[in-house]
Amino acid sequence: MSSDLLNSTYVRWMEPGPESDIVISSRVRLARNLQTVPFPHLLDDKTGQACWQQITQAWQKSSLKDQLELLSFNNLTALDRQILMEKHLISPNHAEANKFYQGLLVDKEGQLAIMINEEDHLRIQCLLPGLQMEECYKRAQMVDDELESNLSFAFDEQRGYLTACPTNVGTGMRASVMLHLPAIVTTGQLNAVVHYIGQLGLTVRGIYGEGSEAMGNFFQVSNQITLGQTEEDIIANLTAVTRQIIQQERTLRENLKNQMHIQLEDRVCRAYGILTNARMITSNEALGHLSEVRLGVNMGIIDGIQPYALNELVVAIRPAHLQKRAGREMDPLSRDIHRAEVIKEKLTSRKAKPGSSPAAGTSEEK
Amino acid sequence: MFCDECKQKPATVHFTQFFNGTKMETHLCDTCAAKKGALFMNGQFSIPNLLGSFLGHTFGILQQTAASPNNLTCSHCGVTFNDITHTGKLGCAECYREFDQALEPTLRRIHGNSQHVGKVPSRGGEKVLIKKKIERLKAQLQEAVTAERYEQAAEIRDSIKELEKQLE
Repeated sequence: MSSDLLNSTYVRWMEPGPESDIVISSRVRLARNLQTVPFPHLLDDKTGQACWQQITQAWQKSSLKDQLELLSFNNLTALDRQILMEKHLISPNHAEANKFYQGLLVDKEGQLAIMINEEDHLRIQCLLPGLQMEECYKRAQMVDDELESNLSFAFDEQRGYLTACPTNVGTGMRASVMLHLPAIVTTGQLNAVVHYIGQLGLTVRGIYGEGSEAMGNFFQVSNQITLGQTEEDIIANLTAVTRQIIQQERTLRENLKNQMHIQLEDRVCRAYGILTNARMITSNEALGHLSEVRLGVNMGIIDGIQPYALNELVVAIRPAHLQKRAGREMDPLSRDIHRAEVIKEKLTSRKAKPGSSPAAGTSEEK
Repeated sequence: MFCDECKQKPATVHFTQFFNGTKMETHLCDTCAAKKGALFMNGQFSIPNLLGSFLGHTFGILQQTAASPNNLTCSHCGVTFNDITHTGKLGCAECYREFDQALEPTLRRIHGNSQHVGKVPSRGGEKVLIKKKIERLKAQLQEAVTAERYEQAAEIRDSIKELEKQLE
């Protein structure tokens, strides 16, 4: 079943979900470590082997046995690891890992994943479409409880779950949402939003987490604090703030529609035009235009394109997915050419009426 | 103000760094900042290093009040406090106990707090769970007494005693 996640573009979070016009996906990640084993960066082949065995045995004894599949990173190519990273199933750091005691337990659709020996021994993650923080939390906790019955986790009464990096200690929980905020960015409100988020113990990052840049108006909002707050508080806080951001984005989208209708349509249709006609395109440029088209689809300016196809494209145009599809390594130039083909194919094959302009229904002047 | 790097475009990104108390300012245009971005993220501005400086700073304060923790070594994994300030990572679970005092201010600075209040594992956290249960029962006891439900209060008191026995 791993071949599905490695060979196709599909992951569960691409599907429609609650509020998915703005919230692409929700994620909860729990960091856990074994009590007596040194943290992953200090493991050698011998201790790493023992650690790997403890973890995989606990998984085999649990009810997760049939649900998850084990991938050891020394059996995967660098390209396959990058595929998993581009799908948000492992972190960019973990994608560089290739030790036999590093790996991933993952379900068929990529909703549940357990990173083994990334920065911590275990990172349990649940990733769902749309705004579903509580469901993510519930499922991640279930996996935690399930593993805990066979593993002794490093825990301290005062400090909570002990992690390699003190920024994760306590609950070990990082909850995040991936948001698409084109109207907030266009109207110049992003700084105000980022400032507001920062004051509430949350942080804003780019599309691939820590250290990555914000592309295509996609932002990841997550909790900063892990010590001194309960998991429930963290989830409730993030959900409440997300709802406010959604509200803000929706209001601004309405304003744009009412006050700058033609300009908005123009932007969306131009972006669509470039995406469906370009012969070569960089990742950054494509993401920018995909963001506009996504806005257009969600505001009814363009019809005939499934939001799912747009989420899928965000992943399908990344370097590893392009090279996997082509079945060969490619230099940046060939990737740009191949990327343009992939986008054109996806967007034009999903039109409601083949041959008709996607904006035909809404382009009449009022 | 023009970009320090290309000296052509206006500087829109501004960095301020402190090295051993010396302030260094860098002004870049967005193009050069993007180019440097990767460098910054992989180099001196990485999270471990930021954290390292957090911890290093902590050490500065501690130096005046306690023995230097820099040479402290974790008896379990052999990591020194000095290593931790460089990597931003602790070596093992025991490090949290070994370097407890040195870590306290750092945790406060990162989280604004140093006491865990969230989930407790049922395995290895049995005592903590019992303590939490006792705390809850004590609150209920108070309520029962205030409401003059003495029979219920007596029952709660007995349960607390029972739990306290388990802790010994």
